[in-house]
Amino acid sequence: MTTATAPPAVDSVEPDAVPPPARGRRGIPRWVWVLVVLAGWVAVWSVSKGTHTLFLSGTDQTDFHARLSDRVSSYSSNPVTEVIADFINAIVDFLRELIAIPTPPRPAPAVGWLGVVAIATWIGYAIANWRIALLVAGSFLSFGLFGYWEDSMDLLIVTSVSVAFAVVIGFPLAVWIAISPRAGRWITLGLDLLQTMPTFVYLMFVFVLFGIGAPTAVVCTLAYALPPIVRISGFGIRDVSPATIEATNSLGQTTPQRLLKVQIPMARRTIIVGLNQTILAALSMAIVASYINGPGLGKPVLAALTENDFGAGLVPGLLIVVMGIMLDRTTTAASERSERVSRGGGEDPRRRRLVLGVLLVPVAVAVWYSRYAIDAAKFPETSWARSVADTANSWMESFTSAVDTAAGTFSDAISYGLLNPMQSLLAESPWWLSFAALLLLAVVIGGRRAVVPAVLCLTGLYLLDLWHDAMIVLNMTLVATLLVMVLALVLGVWMGRSRTVDLVIRPVLDAGQTIPAFVYLIPVLALFGPTRFTAIVAAVVYAAPAAIKLVADGIRGVPDVVIEAGRSTGSTTWQEITKVQLPMARGSLVLATNQGLLYVLSMVVIGGLVGAGALGYDVIYGLAHSDYAGKGLAAGLSIVLLGIMIDRVMRAAADRAGAGELQRQPRTGGRWWR
Amino acid sequence: MRILNRQRAGLVAVAASAVVALTACGGGTVNEETKTNESKAAAAGGECGDLKIIVNPWVGYTADAYVVGAVAADELGCNVSYVELKEGGPSYQALKSGDGDVILEEWSHAEELKAAEADGYAVDLGSPGNVGIIGWYVPDWLAQEHPDILDWNNLNKYAAEFKTSESGGKGQFLGSDPTYTQYDEAIIKNLGLDYQVVFAGGETATVEAFKKAQENKEWLIGYFWEPQYIHAEVPMDRVKLPEYKEGCDAKKSEVACDYAETELKKVAAKDFMDSGSTAADLIKKFTWTNDDQNLVAKYITADKMTPEEAAAKWIADNPDKVAAWQS
Repeated sequence: MTTATAPPAVDSVEPDAVPPPARGRRGIPRWVWVLVVLAGWVAVWSVSKGTHTLFLSGTDQTDFHARLSDRVSSYSSNPVTEVIADFINAIVDFLRELIAIPTPPRPAPAVGWLGVVAIATWIGYAIANWRIALLVAGSFLSFGLFGYWEDSMDLLIVTSVSVAFAVVIGFPLAVWIAISPRAGRWITLGLDLLQTMPTFVYLMFVFVLFGIGAPTAVVCTLAYALPPIVRISGFGIRDVSPATIEATNSLGQTTPQRLLKVQIPMARRTIIVGLNQTILAALSMAIVASYINGPGLGKPVLAALTENDFGAGLVPGLLIVVMGIMLDRTTTAASERSERVSRGGGEDPRRRRLVLGVLLVPVAVAVWYSRYAIDAAKFPETSWARSVADTANSWMESFTSAVDTAAGTFSDAISYGLLNPMQSLLAESPWWLSFAALLLLAVVIGGRRAVVPAVLCLTGLYLLDLWHDAMIVLNMTLVATLLVMVLALVLGVWMGRSRTVDLVIRPVLDAGQTIPAFVYLIPVLALFGPTRFTAIVAAVVYAAPAAIKLVADGIRGVPDVVIEAGRSTGSTTWQEITKVQLPMARGSLVLATNQGLLYVLSMVVIGGLVGAGALGYDVIYGLAHSDYAGKGLAAGLSIVLLGIMIDRVMRAAADRAGAGELQRQPRTGGRWWR
Repeated sequence: MRILNRQRAGLVAVAASAVVALTACGGGTVNEETKTNESKAAAAGGECGDLKIIVNPWVGYTADAYVVGAVAADELGCNVSYVELKEGGPSYQALKSGDGDVILEEWSHAEELKAAEADGYAVDLGSPGNVGIIGWYVPDWLAQEHPDILDWNNLNKYAAEFKTSESGGKGQFLGSDPTYTQYDEAIIKNLGLDYQVVFAGGETATVEAFKKAQENKEWLIGYFWEPQYIHAEVPMDRVKLPEYKEGCDAKKSEVACDYAETELKKVAAKDFMDSGSTAADLIKKFTWTNDDQNLVAKYITADKMTPEEAAAKWIADNPDKVAAWQS
């Protein structure tokens, strides 16, 4: 990874060796103020709870929601969206008939699987190297051998088309934010909105405008995958070393010249990182897109969910992971190669062209053969998928029955001990009390810079008429983030201190982050039943890996010299961790908490599917009932406001703690793979 | 470097030809299969063309869709595709835009259906033969140990037993997927029951909850329905509410009676019915029973067949029923 998405280097944050504990400016520690606010909150709550809570039952809606619903349902497809939908359909259908689906009466697509594998392998070799070519060939064969050839090709097509649009739209935007900071602020605000808005809320609109299937899938995926390429490429172009620009400016070049000849070529690697992140974000939409018949591997995952068949969903879920790894490694290797070639390194270009040309011959043979022989056109059927699924199911059953009692006890302890009391305080308080208390807490934690965003977001939440639901979601988010941070501290410190542990745990984390949440909903449900805790567990599985990795990298970033110094004075391991490593990795801890919160928040709607109710339920209800679309939209916007408020307060807090890179760090949103 | 490259090129070429040689061993040619398909379509007589069956996400519906789809593809030579969508809004949107041709098991979106008929893009084709039963259910072990729980009058006596971490001190009543017809909140309020509705949020969550409650003998009461494949696996019993009478559910906030039996419907796009496709007639005549559907659903879930295999098995076992749809 490049500097653009790398975790912060801690040594740049803390100039002095062992920093003092965080202190507010007034000389009284900040946590004391937090306690003061909380005590005041509890005092007022105890006499006023249950009044003015703005509670709204699941099937009620306010006039505001009804008006919004009317507005939303007045949208329908129009000439412009129809043209766009037809255009996307034409491209997707052409590609699908080329490599994915048969065109009757022909029993197979125009190019059979053997031809597709050959072409893909050749491309892997052409843009990267032979190792990548092998990886590509292996991945494609696994799609077929597990019986999901057609769905895999569909997903590849939808992803490619969406990413192509994202590049065409996103790259000019990236250049724009790089050269104009003022435009950048507005565009960034738009990107924030796109990234925090639950993807189910896009569906609600987009399918009305663009119809069912591929066009909606592409538009939704595009909306979700656009931010990374704009942010990261823009960051890369802007960040080209000023010395280089100075040097070339002295030659008297114009702005476009500078952009095309210096900035963009020099930012090439960062731009490809942006592309890479966009591809992975696009893949993570696979399941949601299949809610509106978007073609791809999401369909079998969703079908398995309705059949409560964990194993059957696991296989296509893992194939999405395989596709993610393949695309990630390929783009990364391609960027490294392009870097090497541009420096004049690498192999003799004429010889390489010759080899690639010669290799086209077997590719052409494979393509021809796959049009002729049925076994090369349609992938032979295997029972691999079913046997993997059955094994997975029996594992899951023995696991869930073994830990069932312990799981129930743990879930009850968290629910009764933490969730319910906190929910009672947040959601049973009169709205004005929670409003005031949250605002005060934001100011205590984030300082003056947090005031404006906190006021705006809280006011927005109030005006959207879903205050009670929003407080329930905020509560679940806080509890889930607390669990995430406990895990991140324990595992992150452990990983940061031992290479071996890191080596063992990291692949597990990668898997947790990459497997679609819909795959593990079934075992989590079997353990905890439909409760808020189930939603919390699903969110923790998704959010913890990112936080753990950030903490581990932060701990590892503490300079050896400092640790040696501590050891020489005879500090114990515990002292070393608490007095040296954790304080010095403070920047990483804040960043991990911030990312953890946002990741947890992005799971709210999925939580609504497994018994968490509140805003997630409202969004799904709105998607299914057109007369509740307004309430669904309001719920989606409430989630956005919660996300922006948390993010801004955390950023302000991070700046006060001296963790400046939280500001500089471009948000990659779908940091879905790493 | 050079030598390595040449070796690599050679290796790849060898590998590619090996694959070609291997696959040449079995199977016929694409042209042969194309001819077979052409003659099959010709034998069916008439043009079927494309048939886009909307599939809502529950297994019983999957059974409907794949049985009809298999008959249409094999007997009529249709180019069948399955459009997977949530019920209600999205499905009607598909009928309107032409992205889907038919809904085979429409439960209770009377409002949407009325609007769609008024708009002129959808046609009500009557019942697919099965009946929707919605009600309040408890796991069978509970009904065995406390038989009187099956009468709503005794529910308050047991409310404390149904308490969970989610129900705020009252008994928990488990609601289901937000897309399903539910007005349990109103029923509970109007019958003066000491219960709180907690929404499971999805069919998967509901089914898992009943499964778990039966296995571990947990207290559970909630919304459930028939036909649903899980009844074959997990026994549960229906709780008697005040009997349904015509009109007692007219105003949703004042309901104090049981759910009505739902006449399920087939709804098709007007354009499709007018298109002259031979599949239109098949769709019109298709009917079967709850038991038929549950059987196919059981093939899919308990016996782990693919929907295609399950449909093929049922079609092979029931030639007379299938023949009746085509007469």
